[in-house]
Amino acid sequence: MSMEKPASAFEYAPAPESRAVVDIAPSYGLFIDGEFTEAADGRVFKTVAPATEEVLSEVAQAGEADVDRAVRAARRAFASWSALPGSERAKYLFRIARIVQERSRELAVLETLDNGKPIKETRDSDLPLVAAHFFYYAGWADKLEHAGFGRRTTNGHSGASPRPLGVAGQVIPWNFPLLMLAWKIAPALATGNTVVLKPAETTPLSALFFADVCRQAGLPKGVVNIVPGYGDAGAALVAHPDVDKVAFTGSTAVGKEIARTVAGTRKKLTLELGGKGANIVFDDAPLDQAVEGIVNGIFFNQGQVCCAGSRLLVQESVQDELLDALKRRLTTLRLGDPLDKNTDIGAINSAEQLARITALAERGEAEGAERWSPACELPSTGYWFAPTLFTGVTQAHTVAREEIFGPVLSVLTFRTPDEAVAKANNTPYGLSAGIWSEKGSRVLAVANRLRAGVVWSNTFNKFDPTSPFGGYKESGSGREGGRHGLEAYLDV
Amino acid sequence: MSDKPEKTGKTGKTAKAGKGERPGEPEGTAGAAPRLSVFKTYKLYVGGKFPRSESGRVYEVTDSQGTWLANAPLSSRKDARDAVVAARKAFGGWSGATAYNRGQVLYRVAEMLEGRREQFVREVAEAEGLSQAEAAAQVDAAVDRWVWYAGWTDKIAQVVGGANPVAGPYFNLSTPEPTGVVAVLAPQESSFLGLVSVIAPVIATGNTAVVIASERFPLPALSLGEVLATSDVPGGVVNILSGRTAEIAAPLAAHQDVNAIDLAGADEALAKELEIAAADNLKRVLRPQPVDDGGWSATPGTERLTAFLETKTVWHTTGALGASGSSY
Repeated sequence: MSMEKPASAFEYAPAPESRAVVDIAPSYGLFIDGEFTEAADGRVFKTVAPATEEVLSEVAQAGEADVDRAVRAARRAFASWSALPGSERAKYLFRIARIVQERSRELAVLETLDNGKPIKETRDSDLPLVAAHFFYYAGWADKLEHAGFGRRTTNGHSGASPRPLGVAGQVIPWNFPLLMLAWKIAPALATGNTVVLKPAETTPLSALFFADVCRQAGLPKGVVNIVPGYGDAGAALVAHPDVDKVAFTGSTAVGKEIARTVAGTRKKLTLELGGKGANIVFDDAPLDQAVEGIVNGIFFNQGQVCCAGSRLLVQESVQDELLDALKRRLTTLRLGDPLDKNTDIGAINSAEQLARITALAERGEAEGAERWSPACELPSTGYWFAPTLFTGVTQAHTVAREEIFGPVLSVLTFRTPDEAVAKANNTPYGLSAGIWSEKGSRVLAVANRLRAGVVWSNTFNKFDPTSPFGGYKESGSGREGGRHGLEAYLDV
Repeated sequence: MSDKPEKTGKTGKTAKAGKGERPGEPEGTAGAAPRLSVFKTYKLYVGGKFPRSESGRVYEVTDSQGTWLANAPLSSRKDARDAVVAARKAFGGWSGATAYNRGQVLYRVAEMLEGRREQFVREVAEAEGLSQAEAAAQVDAAVDRWVWYAGWTDKIAQVVGGANPVAGPYFNLSTPEPTGVVAVLAPQESSFLGLVSVIAPVIATGNTAVVIASERFPLPALSLGEVLATSDVPGGVVNILSGRTAEIAAPLAAHQDVNAIDLAGADEALAKELEIAAADNLKRVLRPQPVDDGGWSATPGTERLTAFLETKTVWHTTGALGASGSSY
């Protein structure tokens, strides 16, 4: 096998997806009580395409008064929405799922523009999962009495059908804007709650397009309210006294702040927070597949994934062979225009996130880890970071401990399965882990001992609406997806 | 059971100055002097041993009439931290034990308790000011509660876990796992039935516990330690502290090696304060729940089991058996 790359022979022609399928308006309002409205104080903010820094649209910025208005709208809608037969709620959700499927190309392009992730991912991963999630929870809406959650009463007896909580305040991140919306809204509506959702300030557009999907589906007004804004809007939503349920996906630091805010209240809380996932490669692993899994684990969505496999733990005896193959593979990754269908690595979501990744990578170098990136030309505008490996990393290094949330992989080694487990668990996080081995008993034994909510054996970053997702320890609490995901929205 | 009392109350104990006479105190009459009974020194239960508080402090425990019953250890922050160390040390073994084994151990607790029934009836009656019959009902219900939870150890995974039909060539299985070390603030009013009702579900699933006994009525809890020590419960799985609830709970809620906290025994203000402290390492928090009209007598649901469980979901690649052979 030759490492020589006759570059010209393998050049790809540009294959951009058309922007024409999506029509972005110059400005958007807040979506409250079925209407688009301006913010009470008239504030707006701009959302930009991270790949080009082009301003995509100007969006109304929710403040405390707007959040209050949205919560009141959701409260008004709750009585009739929760009183609907489950079978009727189900049909609304089925409608939403179908409309998302119909508009998936438009939404995929929109998401790629606003977020910076490759169209390959929005088209093949985000959008299909969004539709599947609504389809899955639609089916639960009229079967809740079969879900195994009795209704709690003060006498400890279980009633027939579990009840919704009321108004759900939901705050979502920018890494999978529409998918995180689906994870939040689908189970909330299926169980009979109404929703006020705050999308992230860098990626508000797909949530606002979702408001239009709700309009097309004929969803009663006030059942879903969308309030784009910054952290202050999220904080106001979480602290609002008429919110019964808080669901948050984002950083562990903010998650802790939210946990303090809801302390001593009736609010039910679920948190999906950070991670520092270990991807463990044993010497008997199928190395070529493992390389693909490692690449997927840390470079999917530019590594801006809470469950990313950001720590590679490789058994010493195969370290050289694996790293050679991994580096060879990284030289073939294509970084650039996210709308190009051949692009593997898109843009970092924001200048702020890029600065954070850059600082942590510099810290890794300063602390003595060895940094490597493939030769990689970065576009002159937009926010970009080359795929990066750190080798010679110890558990004390910052790049082994802190969540970088970018395309940066820290490589550590181990000799025995015990050592692999100890290192994998040596983190306050506990969201995901990967195991690569052909030996079934080893996979099962290691999976049993990992303190992580999701474990992938001989694969990575797989998601499904039927599969509960969520963390141990400081990666959060509660589960999203599957039967388990209903519990967060039921009074049980 | 050599410590089984003849009748209610430990006979022969002299009341402390300023306090009324103890119930059951023999009348001093002419003739043979009554036998002085042997008092029990109530001690903590930590790591399978019975230490005094490292602080050397005790506090006076009285019955409902204000009569002195015993000096209970007044645990310190250091006692709380020692208990966490013991609970963490025990976690691997206990969570790794088979569910069947844990069920047998919990059932053994019920057996041992049944044998000491009269001791606990007396202690509960004295503490809570109940009649013999009322106290007996509490103790009987507590024994039955151990039996109830003993049966759950190898069933809860089947009820709350299962296979997930994902759209792809994967065997995807969700299973519950214990959260880890759980700090338990035992109910303040129900010194024994309430206590058992919060300890048993925590350890049934493989967690280990640091328990703060009812502040006013700590003696039944401290005696429970003696039962656990003789019931095949490995040392450190349950650790029992007595003292001021707020004083001991604060370091536990803030402790970075505690994974969860049950606030059953906290009032509203303390519960909020502890929940805020618990956010620092995102402990799982079970807020104070309404107690059934019968004071813990209703058959529980599964909520106290699931409150301290994590769900682990493992995706196993199945590939396809076809002409192409193994495919990941």
